[in-house]
Amino acid sequence: MTSTQAGTAIIPDFGDGASAGRKLAVICSKGNLDMAYPGLILANAALGEGVEVHLFFTFWGFDMITKSRMRDLKFTMLGNTATHMPQGLGGLPGMTAVATHQMRKQIRDVGVPDVPEFLDQIVDSGGHLWACRLSADMMQLDENDLYDPVEGVISAGDFIDKTEGAQLLFI
Amino acid sequence: MTVTTIGAAQVHVDAEGFLTEYGEWNEDLGSQLAAQIGIELTDAHWRVIRFLREDYAEQGETATLRRVSTQAGIPVKELFALFPGKPAKKMAYVAGLPKPVGCVLSVAGPSRSSERTARRGGIR
Repeated sequence: MTSTQAGTAIIPDFGDGASAGRKLAVICSKGNLDMAYPGLILANAALGEGVEVHLFFTFWGFDMITKSRMRDLKFTMLGNTATHMPQGLGGLPGMTAVATHQMRKQIRDVGVPDVPEFLDQIVDSGGHLWACRLSADMMQLDENDLYDPVEGVISAGDFIDKTEGAQLLFI
Repeated sequence: MTVTTIGAAQVHVDAEGFLTEYGEWNEDLGSQLAAQIGIELTDAHWRVIRFLREDYAEQGETATLRRVSTQAGIPVKELFALFPGKPAKKMAYVAGLPKPVGCVLSVAGPSRSSERTARRGGIR
């Protein structure tokens, strides 16, 4: 191993200057167990890098923040060719429960938390959670039905306003 | 591999400035590394750093924020307060360890991480 001598101390760039002010907006529109995770993982990663993060839950994504459903998201093989199983199998009674159980185990095995616990971590890391006004009206839900740290039920326009200049992910 | 001087010590660092030799770190050096990135270490910081050092020695990889919160019982919120901005990387830097590689938690279960340590010729 050859060593070179650095003249001055090398100090990592933790981006306290240049990337300060970077923002990420994540729109979560799906309520399946498997589709809940991409947004959560990326939001969590961005927060760890000092990025300001706003998540907007809309349509089926509302299940991720609805108290009565957030612990019970499901995974189905139906319509998902990436399981590489015969599609007919997914339609058998009880198959969604089996597939959900299996996926929860795989997620747990890599040390990734359940959706509610993951949201807790995102909020503790400084992430902001917003619920979609139209979805709330459609599903006849209000703040009391939603996970407590959700900061508000807002319109799409309000969300766009809050995330001015942000990079955006639609999931 | 680059050698740099931190205080009175000569240490090996990677291109970004993270220490590459586990054994070259000591607590004095930790204080100096922290000072370089504008952090004055308190007991609360030391609790995190000592956990990271011990955990690395056992696991062969740097703990992520989630691992520190679940294994050492230090809330994620506190980690962000102690090491503002990019807590995981700052913690690793001060503790003289590589940046964490896991997305959420170190991906390794106990078996896989010990294999990894073995492959690397163990902790020096």
